[in-house]
Amino acid sequence: MFEYDFMRTAFMAGGLVAIVAGSVGFFLVLRNLTFAGHALSHVGFAGAAGSVLIGTSPLWGLLAFTVVAAIAMGALGDRLRGRDVAVGIVLSLALGFGVLFLYLYSTHATQASAILFGNVLGVSLETVWALLGLTGVSLCALAAISRPLLFATLAPEVAEAKGVSLRLVSVLFLVIVAVAVAEAAQVVGVLLVFALMVGPAAASLRLTSHIGWGIGLAVVLALTETWLGIALAYTTDWPTTFCIVLLSCVVYFLCLMSPLPNPRAAQTRSAGQ
Amino acid sequence: MTLARGGQPVLADVSVAIHPGEFIGVFGSNGAGKTTLLHAILGLLRPCAGEIKVLGAPPARGNPAAGYLPQHRTSVADLHLRGWDFVASALHGERWGLALTGRAGKREVERAIATVEAQALAARPLCQLSGGELQRLLLAQALLGKPKLLLLDEPLLSLDPHFQQATVALVKRVQQTERITVLFTAHELNPLLDAMDRVLYLGQGRAALGPVDEVITGEVLSRLYGTPIEVLRVNGRILVVAGHGLVEADAHRHDV
Repeated sequence: MFEYDFMRTAFMAGGLVAIVAGSVGFFLVLRNLTFAGHALSHVGFAGAAGSVLIGTSPLWGLLAFTVVAAIAMGALGDRLRGRDVAVGIVLSLALGFGVLFLYLYSTHATQASAILFGNVLGVSLETVWALLGLTGVSLCALAAISRPLLFATLAPEVAEAKGVSLRLVSVLFLVIVAVAVAEAAQVVGVLLVFALMVGPAAASLRLTSHIGWGIGLAVVLALTETWLGIALAYTTDWPTTFCIVLLSCVVYFLCLMSPLPNPRAAQTRSAGQ
Repeated sequence: MTLARGGQPVLADVSVAIHPGEFIGVFGSNGAGKTTLLHAILGLLRPCAGEIKVLGAPPARGNPAAGYLPQHRTSVADLHLRGWDFVASALHGERWGLALTGRAGKREVERAIATVEAQALAARPLCQLSGGELQRLLLAQALLGKPKLLLLDEPLLSLDPHFQQATVALVKRVQQTERITVLFTAHELNPLLDAMDRVLYLGQGRAALGPVDEVITGEVLSRLYGTPIEVLRVNGRILVVAGHGLVEADAHRHDV
């Protein structure tokens, strides 16, 4: 299958996206922010559709919208807590605008489906270069903030006392998430970003309790699921997105069923409290 | 100094001096200013009048000489993450950069974990630890970087009596071996009776600092609570009684 250009680009694009999705997703799961990833991708849909309308690549529209939404979410912070209805309605509005933009673009159905459900086999070499750049930038940014990010995630009250700006760390992290979401949408589409960003990370957190290995494992799982998914799609002729999402789901539930390594859990817990 | 929170004065014209290496139990009803006082020492809150000196210098946020165990903590108890990584996350966590510990960092984390005798806990995931065990890891976190001052905000809350005693004994041992000044806030006097060098009792915007026998008296507490209080001593334990019942039992009820 590697004799085809579009397959090679698909593997490259998928690989780049999986590395970012796995590592960023790990912190997303650790911070209990998986819904934020989901919400950002919905906002991104309007941006992607908007850029189709004005004739640029959907990636840039997506990126612009997710980053702005991430900054807004980070700045609002705790004030968003318990405002599920308001957040949900804003997200619906974003999706609604996406529909409007696509309608104005004389109803191009394939574009809509590519944005919503991804089309990694249709990724251009140009997009791969863009993904390479974005992957590099977001991984560097994640590495640069990883120390205060972990501190602020695991012990926010102490971190604040030690001089960490929780707000700043949160905004920076959400911007990185926004980039990861925009990238992941190129492979699995805005509606299924969750599968690629949360699935491998959540599975890896079930398998290891070691942060370093956990990040590595999340990346390996995301890479395996993406590449196997593309290969599976090639042999079966099913949609690539379906294959990737299926693998992500199977891996997650397999990990969920595997017992946690230490069977004494129940005993010690009841003895302690 | 005077401390206010949300425009409301909490402590007014309070003046106390705590000596290096002392174990101070900090008591008072809810809202008496225990947490506010700790926040002021940490530099999270500026006094509206007067000044605070922490180890001879004005309080500064991020002071490495102050270890802190907060009362309200984001729950990490459901995370499948090993204790070692949890403790290590606080080591220089305020600095930007890659979350790598390095050799010296690893030694420091090991030292802090060994100080609280939590080596076995460090290897286990947080979701398998009890409240008391998690408390020990939090204490290890507070001891990173060898602080000279340890600020513990209600570490006994939600622990059963057995773990309360173990926690107090552990803090006492760390205070003595590492020569650390400890400010330990609590609702109940009795678990701390043997460990405390002096008592700081807050109430009605005022404070009383001194040995247990001088501060925990009907006269002093009546003044701090603004209502008649009796202090009974039974078998080496102290019962603080207000007109309507046990003060401590009452203070607890608000917290549940």
